[in-house]
Amino acid sequence: MTLPPPAMYPVACEVNGEKRLVRVRAADILLSTLRDQLGLTGSKPGCENGDCGACTILVDGLPVKSCLMLTVEAEGKQLTTIEGLKNSPVQHAFVRYQAFQCGYCTPGFIMNCEGLRNAHPHADEETIRVWLESNICRCTSYEEIQHAVRDVFTPKT
Amino acid sequence: MIPFDFDYYKPSSVPLAAEWFHLLQQQGKHPIYYAGGTEIVTWARTNDIHPGAVIDLKSVPECNVMEMQGDKLVIGSCVTLSALTAANPFPLLSETARGIADQTARNQITLGGNICGNIIYREAVLPLLLANSRIRIAGIEGIREASIHQVFSQKIRLEAGEFLVQIVTDRSDLSLPFVHIKKRQIGSVGYPLVTVAALKKDERIHTAYSGVCSFPFQSAAIDQVLNDTSLPLSARIDQAVGQLPAPLLSNVEGSAAFREFVLKQTMAEAVHTLERR
Ligand SMILES: Cc1cc2nc3c(=O)[nH]c(=O)nc-3n(C[C@H](O)[C@H](O)[C@H](O)COP(=O)(O)OP(=O)(O)OC[C@H]3O[C@@H](n4cnc5c(N)ncnc54)[C@H](O)[C@@H]3O)c2cc1C
Ligand code: FES
Ligand code: FES
Repeated sequence: MTLPPPAMYPVACEVNGEKRLVRVRAADILLSTLRDQLGLTGSKPGCENGDCGACTILVDGLPVKSCLMLTVEAEGKQLTTIEGLKNSPVQHAFVRYQAFQCGYCTPGFIMNCEGLRNAHPHADEETIRVWLESNICRCTSYEEIQHAVRDVFTPKT
Repeated sequence: MIPFDFDYYKPSSVPLAAEWFHLLQQQGKHPIYYAGGTEIVTWARTNDIHPGAVIDLKSVPECNVMEMQGDKLVIGSCVTLSALTAANPFPLLSETARGIADQTARNQITLGGNICGNIIYREAVLPLLLANSRIRIAGIEGIREASIHQVFSQKIRLEAGEFLVQIVTDRSDLSLPFVHIKKRQIGSVGYPLVTVAALKKDERIHTAYSGVCSFPFQSAAIDQVLNDTSLPLSARIDQAVGQLPAPLLSNVEGSAAFREFVLKQTMAEAVHTLERR
């Protein structure tokens, strides 16, 4: 039996609805590829350790911390970054409630909230609380963020 | 950035994974199995591990099942903690998984990766120890099955080149009365000060712990004392703490003295709750 040859790895995936092909080292981290190769700097490096959620993107609709994922794992996946959202209700709610101060954590919070909409379109208070625990806001805008997210999940008449 | 290179392999079957591991090892590549990658990426970035190759198990079909096979629940090692919690086939395991890391991280962390990890807490093993789960393990010689108690002592103990494929639990152990209590230094996300998981089976309480010592454990001696109803609960707990298998952990989450205080309270809460069920 022969092993597949190790090399630079071509990775074909869909990023914000467009087919993309990147060539990466196996050790390349998805967050860096998005920012440095694809120019999508909306996903932010914070802790780069899985703790803060600033780098959160959607992978096949689910929130994932892109600082903990290798780019090679994205083969065949659909990735959505903050740049892929256009006028989403979550974005509007964050603006309406001024749910940010410096804004560094905002893309991560918004992508997490988009993932929550995908998984639980009618998320209750407890589910919202549990999901929001994945992100940290250094400026402590938590109250405004909570109001914004709650508004997204409040049925409109 | 990970400051060194490694090769990446994504086998599509159990034998291929084991064979590639074997070949890569013979080539001096120091391969490791890769599941959610949350620990591997973190430790590689900080230069604490240096694998020459990683073998991603997520495309191995057997590692992704979550189903009843006759009277047994079979969970693949690459099932994520969030998928496990959402499907909820084993409530104590779901509750334990829900306490690990945060919701987004649980979309990546796998059951097998948590049990086989080097980070000392490995909380997901507690329900498996209590339910006497069996583990299906693959290696170059094929697949073998062993009791969790044979392969997990403080940490997973696999032969070189082996990997965890599935976890098998009897249906009768899935819905026993249980308690899961995780106490942290602060907040509701993060490593434990003390995690206690407990099941009641045949009128006996079985307990397992993470965060108390530098490894997760279940102890027959502790369970013996905790079930001695001829003693008041506080005396049982004092005796149980005297039976710990190693010194109490003292780290950034809390000192040994604080842990002892929290452990006693948590044990009392767990026993008290289960004695009334
Ligand atoms: C934000 C955050 C918070 C956390 N909080 C907690 C917590 O509260 N409690 C807790 O217990 N843990 C916690 N962790 C640790 C986390 O549990 C580990 O990072 C995780 O369990 C590793 O799982 P993984 O699937 O990502 O494994 P990987 O990183 O892929 O692998 C981890 C190790 O297991 C080995 N391995 C993986 N799968 C297999 C297999 N099937 N067979 C053999 N070996 C295998 C790998 O070779 C590697 O050595 C936290 C992690 C993060 C990022
Ligand atoms: S940068 Fe990824 S979680 Fe902090
Ligand atoms: S608004 Fe500054 S970190 Fe959240």
